[in-house]
Amino acid sequence: MRLPLDWLGVAPFLIFALLFLILPTMNIVIGAFQNPAGEFTLKNVQGLFTPSIMAAYWISIRISLASAILGCIVGFAMAAAVVLGGLPNWVRSPLLTFSGVASNFAGVPLAFAFIATLGPIGLVTVFLRTQLGIDLRSLGFNLLSFWGLTLTYLFFQIPLMILIITPALDGLKREWREAASILGATGRQYWTMIALPILFPSLLGTLALLFANAFGAVATAIALTGSSLSIVPILLFAQIRGDVLGDPHLGYALAFGMIVVTGIANTIYIWLRARSERWLK
Amino acid sequence: MRKFWAWAAVIFGMLYFILPLLGMTEFSLKMRRGVYSFDAYAKVLADPRFQETFAYSVGMAIATIIFGVVLIVPTAYWVRLRLPGLRPYIEFITLLPLVIPAIVIVFGYIRLYNTSSFLPLTGSATGTNILLMFGYATLALPYMYRAVDTGLRTIDVGTLTEAAQSLGAGWITILARIILPNVLVAVMSGAFLTFAIVIGEFTLAALLNRPAFGPYMQLLGANRAYEPAALAVIAFAITWGCMALIQVVSRFAPRAPAQLH
Repeated sequence: MRLPLDWLGVAPFLIFALLFLILPTMNIVIGAFQNPAGEFTLKNVQGLFTPSIMAAYWISIRISLASAILGCIVGFAMAAAVVLGGLPNWVRSPLLTFSGVASNFAGVPLAFAFIATLGPIGLVTVFLRTQLGIDLRSLGFNLLSFWGLTLTYLFFQIPLMILIITPALDGLKREWREAASILGATGRQYWTMIALPILFPSLLGTLALLFANAFGAVATAIALTGSSLSIVPILLFAQIRGDVLGDPHLGYALAFGMIVVTGIANTIYIWLRARSERWLK
Repeated sequence: MRKFWAWAAVIFGMLYFILPLLGMTEFSLKMRRGVYSFDAYAKVLADPRFQETFAYSVGMAIATIIFGVVLIVPTAYWVRLRLPGLRPYIEFITLLPLVIPAIVIVFGYIRLYNTSSFLPLTGSATGTNILLMFGYATLALPYMYRAVDTGLRTIDVGTLTEAAQSLGAGWITILARIILPNVLVAVMSGAFLTFAIVIGEFTLAALLNRPAFGPYMQLLGANRAYEPAALAVIAFAITWGCMALIQVVSRFAPRAPAQLH
């Protein structure tokens, strides 16, 4: 009698998760493998392999990868500067607080901030044109493009990297560095042969998390580009709103493809984080 | 030399963060030709649509927080007390919303809870509001659960429960008068983060067709020039305020696990 009663305590949570997280997702996954009559089919998934949908996936993956890699590099540099660079203590805490704010400042307002800064009449654009005579537009820069979107996504990617990697950098023991230098290692050797291999799972894992984070971002992209840039989340948004693909089940396949991509990225993340935690205790 | 590069990295990074904030602030003040003014803010704040959607989103955020606390505090407590073996699995479920994009989840809602389904939530405005609140609770799940679970780690759940039971307390009393006050700081951290997430959320509200603040901002952005920048400043101030409140309440958090002798 004891066991079922114990399970009763988590029943509300499990029912909630089932109804509003697992079943809706399963519904989309199953829908991706069904035709309108409800029979099993692979046609929808095959339908993804048309040039226009593949192009949407490809540009989404490139933007997510570029913003994840750059976010990792810049975030790592800033976190390393604060943890290991010998900066005064008052830099660290405001930087971490700011990272908490900036990593949550995504979506529609973030797009507005970048339009007001790098848009056609934005602060930086106008400053460069009137004061330095540099016309960003004639140089080929456009906010509504691959690099424009990547630059905007970095505003929440870099802080997320700082928040995740700072504890990992704190976990690097001073003794390791001392032991290495006693054995005659140079600073470069310490980094390439000790610190980076230890941090490698955290770095690669965070890269995967940042990738999934950018890949699923809808609001920023829509507020920034309207529908002028055909990336997967925007395509799916338009499909849900008005069936632009002309086939509801192709929409399920599109959503299923998103789950597969972010699922792979996060599986890598979880696996690597479990590995890195063994070292940084 | 190392210090030089450290300063260079931080200053270069901060420049990247400050410029857009400066850009949006400057732009929001430029509505009147030639001089800086608060015209854009006055216009936004006076817009009845702003007031309606903002009030709607604040209401949704509060409802989501209450629902989240009622759902998650007892669950996290019970898992720690009676079902510790279940913890990794529950934790895995709470992390799923980070893996499954929100747009996919809401797509599933629309398909699963339409008017011809077993639970036709999207059939009425009230039903859709409830569905949206459940959706927000799902988005906030990873942050809320983690915050509460971290808070529970600092108290001795078993001893507190036994002490309360031997004094004759029932489960509701234990949860409401013993556990909740002890993890209140953690719960409030989770609550402010939930507030920051819900207040400007766009995807769920837009696809469920609810008059929330996020879709309003997007609509204004597509049609106006200066007001969106003012909205961005307001939204940034709200996010900053939520994070500041988390810092403030964290000061009151117990630093070491409480020992009960």
